[in-house]
Amino acid sequence: MAEMGLVDFHHSVVETEATNRGYERGLIELAERGTDIIVMDADLAGSSGTSGFRKRFPDRFLDIGLCEQDMIGTAAGLSLAGKCVFVTTHGMLAAGKAWDIIRSTICYGSLNVNICGADAGLSAGAAGGSRQSLEDVAVMRTLPGMTVIVPTDAVEARKATVAAARTPGPVYIRFAAARVPIITTNLTPFTIGQAGVYRQGDDASVLSNGVMLYEALKAARLLEDEGLGVRVINCHTVKPLDRAIVNRAAVETGALVTAEEGSTIGGLGGAVAEALAQSSRPTPIKIVGIEDRFGESGEHEQLLSHFGLTSRDIASAVREVMSRKRSPEGQDAEAATDRV
Amino acid sequence: MSPTPMELRDIAKIVRRDVLTMLLEAGSGHAGGSLSSVDILVALYWEVMRVRPDRPTWEERDRLVLSKAHAAPALYAALARRGYFDVKDLLTFRKLHTKLQGFPDMHKTPGIDASVGSPGQGLSIANGIAMAAKRDGRQHRIYCLMGDGEAHEGQVWEAGMTAAHHKLDNVCAIIDRNRMMGDGGTEDIVALSPLEDKWRTFNWHVVEIDGHNVEQLTAAFSEAASVKGQPTVVIARTVKGKGVPFMENKAEWHDRKLTEDLYEEAMKALA
Repeated sequence: MAEMGLVDFHHSVVETEATNRGYERGLIELAERGTDIIVMDADLAGSSGTSGFRKRFPDRFLDIGLCEQDMIGTAAGLSLAGKCVFVTTHGMLAAGKAWDIIRSTICYGSLNVNICGADAGLSAGAAGGSRQSLEDVAVMRTLPGMTVIVPTDAVEARKATVAAARTPGPVYIRFAAARVPIITTNLTPFTIGQAGVYRQGDDASVLSNGVMLYEALKAARLLEDEGLGVRVINCHTVKPLDRAIVNRAAVETGALVTAEEGSTIGGLGGAVAEALAQSSRPTPIKIVGIEDRFGESGEHEQLLSHFGLTSRDIASAVREVMSRKRSPEGQDAEAATDRV
Repeated sequence: MSPTPMELRDIAKIVRRDVLTMLLEAGSGHAGGSLSSVDILVALYWEVMRVRPDRPTWEERDRLVLSKAHAAPALYAALARRGYFDVKDLLTFRKLHTKLQGFPDMHKTPGIDASVGSPGQGLSIANGIAMAAKRDGRQHRIYCLMGDGEAHEGQVWEAGMTAAHHKLDNVCAIIDRNRMMGDGGTEDIVALSPLEDKWRTFNWHVVEIDGHNVEQLTAAFSEAASVKGQPTVVIARTVKGKGVPFMENKAEWHDRKLTEDLYEEAMKALA
């Protein structure tokens, strides 16, 4: 997949960086290019990725204090007056505490406000379940007109930030505080709403985003050794979902696994299932994520393993979903096996 | 030529009659809190705010955020009478395909400066518009009309701190202090008094007036415009259901359905 400009991490040491840092670079890039940008934070600039921006552009930075709801409402006003606004706080505070303001003020008014959920997924690590946000993608995705993006690494996070500034209507972007592998480069294409095929294969497809995309690529490599060709797709934009690429994966590979660092309810897995269940080709799906429970304290990598979010878990999911795959004759694999 | 206080009172009466007609026609909506807000809106749109009804999105216009969004009928009637759109449109309020949604939608109604609906959210929006105005060196003022029951919402006080901290003297909040909310009296449900002191300790300039007296209202708004370094809140003492005797100070008229008979009786009172 040379045209995707990916890092060949199978043959080299993989570098890591928090995607929050890519957010910071994207914000600085926007200000340097002369965008009339205002960046807001709610007393979390130290961890969310906005402190570097604050240092460079203090006049364009506004710390609202621990007032997440007021921050979103104030952002609405700034946006009404023509400013390009980015608001920043932890994912569960942005998507959770301020949800009604995002809904009734930002989305109802179709305002150009970019909401950035920092330290999202399990990346708040040691802080534990109350501070980790596993349901943010699901609750943001239900809002009319909301775009939802989960960048896979710091490089893509920068691109997503810059692209969000030019996208009409509200955007939710989810970032991680933990260091996660860098698998894309500046050459890797990125367009909101367009998924990227990062690895070809015809036996099954894994649709993923965030840090789980790295795990998905590793899983595909494991399965290659077993003779299986697994397609890996970067679904960085959960909404609007790239239905064309998802449908093609369903038709051409016949079995799908989704993998995300969040709840199995209503996130990327939910979006893909909704799309395919209503398509002309319903397809076996396995949703890899966190099963209807809160997170807990631990190191980020430990937690990914603890909650079954590793390449091995994805590989098992691929084998499982392939066992449910329909045979070319239209009979399911299980029934065919029974006859043998 | 500014209208005289007498003319403003006549306009207010017409707006009140429009509100009742809209509510009868719609079969639902909020009478009490709309009628208590009418004089405030008339003072703002006819006397105080710099607006151009023929150019609703004129950049230098003064803004109004209707945080007490359930008073939409009063705002719609005021905007129609001020010339933003046809008075006949008022009869479409709350009906399918109407430009006059139950709660204000800026994308559907000329003259609405912000879409609102969920209580307690308007002041934050007003603050954001005011911050942008200060950054851009614009002189327009931002008004935010709030209900008193809304002050139960925590976001109102977050926004109160923000406006004072950032010295948003271009923000003027108005509290329609009718002392009633949906379920009863504000002081019986969760007391707001002493409301003036609350805002004073939040570092706001506080003016308290009779919210049905247009001269006092316009004087309060001029005072607010002259205050530097501090936002102003005008606490307007009002009567819920003002102008219709059987509605006045009755909590059930927060959103009770108006019948033909009661409508006739109300219109007689406003003849």
